[in-house]
Amino acid sequence: MSANTAATTRRYFVPKPSPYPALLSFAIMLLAIGLALRVNGYPAGQWIAWVGLASIVFALVRWLGNVIGESEGGFYHKWEDRSFRLGMIWFIISEVVLFATLFGVLFYERNVSVPWLASLDTHFTPWPHFADAWPTAGPLGKSFATVNPWRIPALNTLLLLSSGATVTRAHHWLKHDRRGALIFWLAATILLGVIFLVLQANEFYEAYTELGLTLGSGVYGATFFALTGLHGFHVTVGVVMLTAILVRIVRGHFDPSHHFAFEAVSWYWHFVDVVWMLLFVFVYWL
Amino acid sequence: MSSAITDLGHHHAHDEPKGLARWLTTTNHKDIGILYMLFGLTMFLLGGVFAELIRVQLIHPANHLVTPEVYNQIITLHGLVMVFGALMPVTAGFANYLIPMMIGAPDMALPRLNNWGFWLLPPAAIVLVLPFILKLFGIGNGPVDTGWTMYAPLSVQGGLGVDFAIFAIFLLGASSLMASINIVVTIFNLRAPGMALMKMPLFVWSWLMTSFLLIAVFPALIAGSAMLLADRHFGTHFFSAAGGGDPVLWEHLFWFFGHPEVYILLFPTAGILSQILPTFARKPIFGYRAQVYSYWAIAALSVVVWAHHMFTSGMPVAGQLYFMYSTMLISVPLAILFFCWLATIWKGSLTFETPMLFALGYIVLFGIGGLTGLVLADAVADQQYHNSFFLVAHFHYALFGGPIMGVIAGVYYWLPKITGRMYSERLGKLHFWLTMIGFNITFMSQFFLGVAGMPRRIPDYALQFAPLNLVSSLGAFLLGAAQLILVYNIARAWAGYGQPATSQVWEGAHGLEFTLPSPPPHHTFDEQPVIA
Repeated sequence: MSANTAATTRRYFVPKPSPYPALLSFAIMLLAIGLALRVNGYPAGQWIAWVGLASIVFALVRWLGNVIGESEGGFYHKWEDRSFRLGMIWFIISEVVLFATLFGVLFYERNVSVPWLASLDTHFTPWPHFADAWPTAGPLGKSFATVNPWRIPALNTLLLLSSGATVTRAHHWLKHDRRGALIFWLAATILLGVIFLVLQANEFYEAYTELGLTLGSGVYGATFFALTGLHGFHVTVGVVMLTAILVRIVRGHFDPSHHFAFEAVSWYWHFVDVVWMLLFVFVYWL
Repeated sequence: MSSAITDLGHHHAHDEPKGLARWLTTTNHKDIGILYMLFGLTMFLLGGVFAELIRVQLIHPANHLVTPEVYNQIITLHGLVMVFGALMPVTAGFANYLIPMMIGAPDMALPRLNNWGFWLLPPAAIVLVLPFILKLFGIGNGPVDTGWTMYAPLSVQGGLGVDFAIFAIFLLGASSLMASINIVVTIFNLRAPGMALMKMPLFVWSWLMTSFLLIAVFPALIAGSAMLLADRHFGTHFFSAAGGGDPVLWEHLFWFFGHPEVYILLFPTAGILSQILPTFARKPIFGYRAQVYSYWAIAALSVVVWAHHMFTSGMPVAGQLYFMYSTMLISVPLAILFFCWLATIWKGSLTFETPMLFALGYIVLFGIGGLTGLVLADAVADQQYHNSFFLVAHFHYALFGGPIMGVIAGVYYWLPKITGRMYSERLGKLHFWLTMIGFNITFMSQFFLGVAGMPRRIPDYALQFAPLNLVSSLGAFLLGAAQLILVYNIARAWAGYGQPATSQVWEGAHGLEFTLPSPPPHHTFDEQPVIA
């Protein structure tokens, strides 16, 4: 298919058959089987998981390589571009639901299950002295201290908010075709993301070593690490994607009117940013 | 419009791979649709084998065909395989095959993602049943055995089969989300000029709503499953009261997904019905707008009624009342759908080809499923019916009587379009009547067993339940054997036997897919038709 026929006859671009989606699926299967064996104490599972993970990376790199090749080859026009935009929007909506579920869990624990557990008839409960409180490690959990929101978490809030601004700045310069400024602001965004991750890792380390706050610290510990950990994973993915975009920009990809990959990643970044605001308020602060 | 309906010797037709590589690498919506449907049929047969094993075990009391542990594994896999392996993929297959043709699109919007969505399914099925094989090598004690709902704390304490089920759910979730995103984008972006949303065939509408629901609820099951994995292996206390958690939280997460899942299974087949009934009644669909609005109402209500599955788990009275009334409220839009279907065939020039028979069977059987659902939705009555065979009978009327009858109706309706060959009408009718008789013998007797007090999910029972269990088992064997006729009819048409089908296939059929030859060329609507 040549680019000009697509441009003149309003034909939708249907990519050629590709081995990578199926390869990716079976690689994910290996990872799943490996992890399921590993968590049950079969060390061989670890090696199956590593093979799966390596195959996932390989398949993703080749698949996305094809996409980048097609994009730079001029196969995508307004019509295809709109599909990608809609696809990304709906993907982010599914991510919103994922985080909303975990916030729902937090709400349920704080307002339903913990108060109920504390209000059971003292003659029937095994834990008559358990009092309604948040944070809690539960009737049998070990006590712990919580992370002070106004230290590292507040700084992290500042970092992520700034990174939202810098990525918008980078987008501005991309639209004005100023490569130098674009690279500067995008690199700044990545740097802020990396600092955030380092501080977050440090916070987890201190939680485990100094505060006694672990995954096993009752519902509070479980929910705290589930929400912040899932968010941290998203920031990591975001940093990897921003870095890939930066490499593409250095190689001269994108132009002022044609840079959906950049926008998709920046949407994702802003989404991760908004989730952090909610985390800061409902997990760290209140 | 006919000028648009030619295979324009597509640009890369010459370098497409052949054989297995074609199916592994395809980006063609028809290929992927067929893969989905064949996978769904395979899983339907596997889930059917599990079902027959259940009925063999229950054919008389004190049967020792399988151990109680294996019985638990079989009932669990029967549920998971039928819901996630058979019904969801087969309706997704219809979506992939039909939606682009129905809206005049050249393909699905994101073809490689489409292929990925399908190829996640066989790995998920492998992960789910692999513990059967691992057990032979002395690893673990077989697959998940908690019941398909995987309630905590049983699922927290279970063997490694639970972990494999959790990972299978991750894969299935990714697959469903990719497929749903693709369908939403295709419908929003690839409709032919003039194909307004309110002109779309109702099947397309039904899948738009299905996709919305999947995107809205599947992440909750993924999150819940990840929490379950953490509780099992990483020392968290989400579902353990000792750490301040709550086992009922799992039920909330599961049913927040699980109740809309009923409509995820139902919608596509309701859409199929709204294609089939006008064809064989030779009348336009009645109440198109009312049906679309009913879809919206059902979808919206379905995400706020989940805890009616948990009346016996303990809940404040206010919660019970809310979930009871909101659940009953769903019967209003569902009744609107029913009356629209009845009004569609009212005073029509009806003929009773196999698809029509299955569609009418759907209305009858799903009607019984819906009405018995009202009984279960009553928070007071439910205390009696819940966890008895009454509930088993109810949801088989709702899920076999509805979605599976609808899927079979759809198979007979579009099989000539897909293969270019008519199936055997005589065998089709035989299939319908044996299915109808076998199904009612199997499950009608279970209503009585349930009311008499027989609990579900137990491999043995008291002597007074023996006669009806024998009846139910005999019905199940008939029902199972009848499905082999379906397999034969599909294989026969696939192999090129039977009368050639015309483009329109059915005298009363309308819609863009019936303007294309049967079978349609590999690529259709490269240039979009303009809809007047």
